Amino acid sequence: MSATGIGASVRRKEDFRFITGKGQYTDDVIRPRETRAVFVRSPHAHAKIKNIDTSAAKTMPGVIAVLTGAELANDKIGNLICGWMIHSKDGTPMKMAPHPALAVGKVNHQGDAVAVVIAETQVQGRDAAEKVKVDYEPLPPVADPAKAKSGPQIHDIAPKNTIYEWALGDAKAVDAAFSSAKHVTKLDIVNNRLVPNAIEPRAALAEYDAGTDQLTLWNTTQNPHVARLVIAAFVGMAPEHKLRVIAPDVGGGFGSKIFIYPEEVVCLWAARKVGRPVKWTADRSESFVTDAHGRDHVTHAELALDANGKILAMRVKTIANLGAYMSTFSSSVPTYLYATLLSGQYEIPHIYCEVDAVYTNTVPVDAYRGAGRPEATFVVERLVEVAARQMGIDPADLRKRNFIKSFPHQTPVIMAYDAGDYNASLKKALELADIKGFNKRRREAARYGKLRGIGYSTYIEACGIAPSQAVGSLGCGVGLWESAEVRVNPTGSVEVLTGTHAHGQGHETTFAQLVSERLGIPFENVSIVHGDTDKVQFGMGTYGSRSGAVGMSAIVKALDKIEAKAKKVAAHMLEAAEGDIVFKDGKFTVAGTDKSAAWGDVALNAYIAHKFAGQELEPGLKETSFYDPTNFTFPAGCHICEVEVDCDTGKTEIVNWTAVDDFGTVINPMIVEGQVHGGIAQGIGQALLEGAVYDKEGQLVTGSLMDYCMPHAHDLPSFKVGLTETKAPSNPLGIKGCGEAGAIAAPAAVINAITDAIGTEELVMPASGQAVWAALKRAQPRQAA
Amino acid sequence: MPAVSMTVNGKAVTGDVEARTLLVQFLRENLRLTGTHVGCDTSQCGACVVHIDGIAAKSCTTLALQCEGANITTIEGLAEPNGPLHPMQEAFREHHGLQCGFCTPGMIMAALDIVRRRGNNLDEHTIREQLDGNICRCTGYHNIVKAIAAGAKAMAKSGARQAAE
Repeated sequence: MSATGIGASVRRKEDFRFITGKGQYTDDVIRPRETRAVFVRSPHAHAKIKNIDTSAAKTMPGVIAVLTGAELANDKIGNLICGWMIHSKDGTPMKMAPHPALAVGKVNHQGDAVAVVIAETQVQGRDAAEKVKVDYEPLPPVADPAKAKSGPQIHDIAPKNTIYEWALGDAKAVDAAFSSAKHVTKLDIVNNRLVPNAIEPRAALAEYDAGTDQLTLWNTTQNPHVARLVIAAFVGMAPEHKLRVIAPDVGGGFGSKIFIYPEEVVCLWAARKVGRPVKWTADRSESFVTDAHGRDHVTHAELALDANGKILAMRVKTIANLGAYMSTFSSSVPTYLYATLLSGQYEIPHIYCEVDAVYTNTVPVDAYRGAGRPEATFVVERLVEVAARQMGIDPADLRKRNFIKSFPHQTPVIMAYDAGDYNASLKKALELADIKGFNKRRREAARYGKLRGIGYSTYIEACGIAPSQAVGSLGCGVGLWESAEVRVNPTGSVEVLTGTHAHGQGHETTFAQLVSERLGIPFENVSIVHGDTDKVQFGMGTYGSRSGAVGMSAIVKALDKIEAKAKKVAAHMLEAAEGDIVFKDGKFTVAGTDKSAAWGDVALNAYIAHKFAGQELEPGLKETSFYDPTNFTFPAGCHICEVEVDCDTGKTEIVNWTAVDDFGTVINPMIVEGQVHGGIAQGIGQALLEGAVYDKEGQLVTGSLMDYCMPHAHDLPSFKVGLTETKAPSNPLGIKGCGEAGAIAAPAAVINAITDAIGTEELVMPASGQAVWAALKRAQPRQAA
Repeated sequence: MPAVSMTVNGKAVTGDVEARTLLVQFLRENLRLTGTHVGCDTSQCGACVVHIDGIAAKSCTTLALQCEGANITTIEGLAEPNGPLHPMQEAFREHHGLQCGFCTPGMIMAALDIVRRRGNNLDEHTIREQLDGNICRCTGYHNIVKAIAAGAKAMAKSGARQAAE
């Protein structure tokens, strides 16, 4: 292994600009004559708009324009859309309600935008926004998904606020298996609603060039090409070739920056209208009521087992809250990204899952780190843990009895797992967590008045999203392949243009490691280019742990073509047959001779084209590829959480965390570990601290960082992280993906640990001190063994 | 509009600002020093931390006019232009203490203040408690804690200035 090749913990190329304050995030981009957009937002969760009076606002200092939804509609700017069609059990299509970028006639959640002020400065815009008089007639709202069907109807298209009633699996076979079961475990689960809170707030800067009729959008997006496609083809803002989307440095995404939001649409429209650049940057309070939230499931789940603890079947019924409008990929999250993972790491003969998606008067809900898979894992891992406790079987042992051991394995819920070794990751995790010493630690904790508990989560996820035909057959409106272009310069340095986008993942480093190793050229001589639709050909962006498995596979394919072309050039230079050219360590050699050409000479010769005629070989050395994966990848592993609960306060401290993950091939262990740490932190956040709370009026009462509890450094432990490896057979590098694992695995591990400590399964997330204390009062703590 | 004068990263600067202008707005919009970030509006996230007369402060909660005559250091002023990085910056890179980089300037500036207050030998517990005013959504803090401990030690070795002295 070279110092900068595959498997090396190379320090990141991107860090210099970030640690010196030279990053260029959207809000840092400044255009000449730029103006600021400030939105007027609904204070009501649900209300009719009787009138909007902008006259006073228009006279305020610095105001250039005040625009409303009526003008947006007049200009024929189309609605935002959801790009994944789901059909109900009865075959009817999902009920996608209109989502204008500025509300017309009615607002459907607190924070819904009703008007925008374009002003010289942000403070002038804010002053003017306060002068926009909106006459609302409040309507009764519904925020609780469990009450949505009986609540006031939000959209004409969706009676009972029902978007779809979807199902997957064989209900009859599941019923039969349950009727023969020796033991049935039943759980009611609320998967708490989360606010993504990337630390960089969303922002958009739009500029119109009247001379070329060209619009440019700088945007905090994880997928600039998809943003351009939707804004061009569905919103109808401009033809695709007249719209450039640039995603510069983006300060975290976690899913929330995948989606196409009203604000970028309004900035583009306003920039053309006022003839000046228009910038909008959310303040955090605005982020809370406009960024798509995550999770928010209400679930009843049942697991059937035989007398030996062998799982026979699973039955799950979930209500998924999609909020006031269907966000870009919202429909897929509680369906094909959720129910398809309910088999976990286990051989489960029969699974049936029903999902009802509902509208409520809340912020739209869409993919957030893990997207459906954390919800599935929580259901599966809670069921398995509780079943083990109820049956008196060691939870690790019950898992082992049910692990899938041979591959490929077809689950009853679509997925075909292609590789894994679940015993290996469990075994390694048990060792790293010193499971043998746990009882002693529990007894010691009891001596100082703490309840100690341990919880497992043996999770699986489907990543490397995704084979285009497969997702197309499930309703996805786009393909989920990835593209790459490798440009070798005449001096031998290389630019790789990728359709993926990095917002913390370190692609500039890991992708360069791949190229450096493959071409045998210095790591420093490779640049990775992403996030600009004018530079990079169409690509699908970054989410679903896809950049390694799909994005790097596209680069591998392009590098294959580069090598093939370079060999032809070398053959001409060395006056040898193409088939005799061997490429190794950056050198082209004629087999069996000492004749060779260095990488840089071949690159130069490809461009000066003196050694071959253009008719027999095209000059240049640049190749493109579009890689479509043949399967999802299936990262899996075992996380073990050990907690101490204070009996008097209910406060939980995580005292040990062990994670053993199988991500297939690892390009940069340092970066992979960092991804695991961050994912675990978000999962612990969900389990212990975070929860978006709406009151009965549909007001988000956790609407700032003062009220919504983000994990701080002192809330978390250091993590023990280990790896096992089975290669992903479906891509050339064997990569499975690592970005979401921690967030998927962690919540179940935490709750399994706390419930082990306190001796009751009735515990909601977030398991705050108060929640745990209340649960403790209802239960008898398990005695130290 | 009132005028304000201060020293930022060793340079004397002046500007006409509205009385309500925040220090972070003055730094970002008037001086175009965009390394200092704004991540929240309630003084929780710490992405905006700078040093005012050598002490860490949240520039989103400080009026520019309060800083009349003050000596401000931002992330851009930590290392000499074209000079070596500050040991704390180097430690963040070496220990992978950042991912998206947005909270990083505030983290580094806050870390230097921890060293100023608590010295160069920092244990994990101290660092975690002292980072209460800074939020990172990417790293789970694991590597930030390692970076700060290592950076603090490296500062003692190199005799690096704490920051804006």
